[in-house]
Amino acid sequence: MDTKKKFLSSLFSENPVTGLMLGLCPTLATTTSAENGLGMGLAATFVLVASNVVISSLRHLIPNRVRIPAFIVIIATFVTLVDMGMEATFYDLHKTLGLFIPLIVVNCIILGRAEAFASKNPVWHSFLDGLFMGLGFTFSLFILGSLREILGSGSWLGMRLVPQSWNTILVFVLAPGAFLTLAFIFIGMNKISKLVEGDKR
Amino acid sequence: MTELALIIVSTVFVNNVIFSRFLGLCPYFGVSKKLDTALGMSMAVVFVLTLAGTITYVVQTYLLVPFHIEYLQTIAFILVIAALVQLVEIVMKKVAPALYRSLGIFLPLITTNCAILGISILAVQNKYDLIETIVFSFGSALGFGLALIIFSSIREVLETRQIPRAFSGTPIAMIVAGILAMAFVGFSGIVK
Repeated sequence: MDTKKKFLSSLFSENPVTGLMLGLCPTLATTTSAENGLGMGLAATFVLVASNVVISSLRHLIPNRVRIPAFIVIIATFVTLVDMGMEATFYDLHKTLGLFIPLIVVNCIILGRAEAFASKNPVWHSFLDGLFMGLGFTFSLFILGSLREILGSGSWLGMRLVPQSWNTILVFVLAPGAFLTLAFIFIGMNKISKLVEGDKR
Repeated sequence: MTELALIIVSTVFVNNVIFSRFLGLCPYFGVSKKLDTALGMSMAVVFVLTLAGTITYVVQTYLLVPFHIEYLQTIAFILVIAALVQLVEIVMKKVAPALYRSLGIFLPLITTNCAILGISILAVQNKYDLIETIVFSFGSALGFGLALIIFSSIREVLETRQIPRAFSGTPIAMIVAGILAMAFVGFSGIVK
């Protein structure tokens, strides 16, 4: 497996959000600021890596016919761990992300990677796959969160970029801004992935 | 009665599942290319979400709370929903084959619809009683259906229009969704 190539493709052409259109709900809902996007992305990455490793090491034990329920139970276990862990350590972030932490369980990226990759490949490869896909997800959430925070509240990662008295474009932190920003990110990412990895399509 | 009417208005318009809560976006973008499939999906969601809301309420009140295992909520709910979808599929195939033929293909997709789990958890968090939970789930599903049907009608028209190449496909769909979301922001503040 070509690690570097796989890493690049998970950031651009096979990026879970912009390339494969998976996991849109948390992407749009939690990216009101760069910090929230980052938090959500890392929480999902943890679940993705952990469930990929466990599913991959149990892949010969899980009977084929009940594999989907088995995967969901494994994923739900790690989601519960993250939920309780975050409530204990990052209370404020946990409160802002709220409902979307338990909803990681139905995030199609995680079940998708379990079914498409971890159930067929050795543990180390599944670990890398989970890590790269998770980082790709975090990357697009961070970009989307940054753009929305800069345009909508005039700050980045909590630092103010423009004077208090300036008016910012509030619509970008509201719901419509999420859709509009993501539309332009889609266009930009298509162009970038063609530049970075050469035009394959 | 007024309480229940307020819940309906709030879930359909003010806190629309798609435009303000961002739940169930995968089917929203996935099956909205044609009005027929959008209608089928909406009906399947109304059916399953109302049932799922009711059953998860029962599970929460009579199983998780008495045994003090609320932390198992995520696992318990997702298993209940997955089992429920399977059950609905089997029962519908036997009892109403005509309905099964029109809704059948959408049922497996619903398990991964985060609106179902999300609304069930929200109903518990809002501390609704049984009747309120049923109305809340039903209203949310109606809101989902409304958003999906409007969106798919617009997308059908867009198919025949000239769109700049960079925008064609997903980006223009996102922009349409953004403009629709702006319209729904206008409802905010009517009811809490």
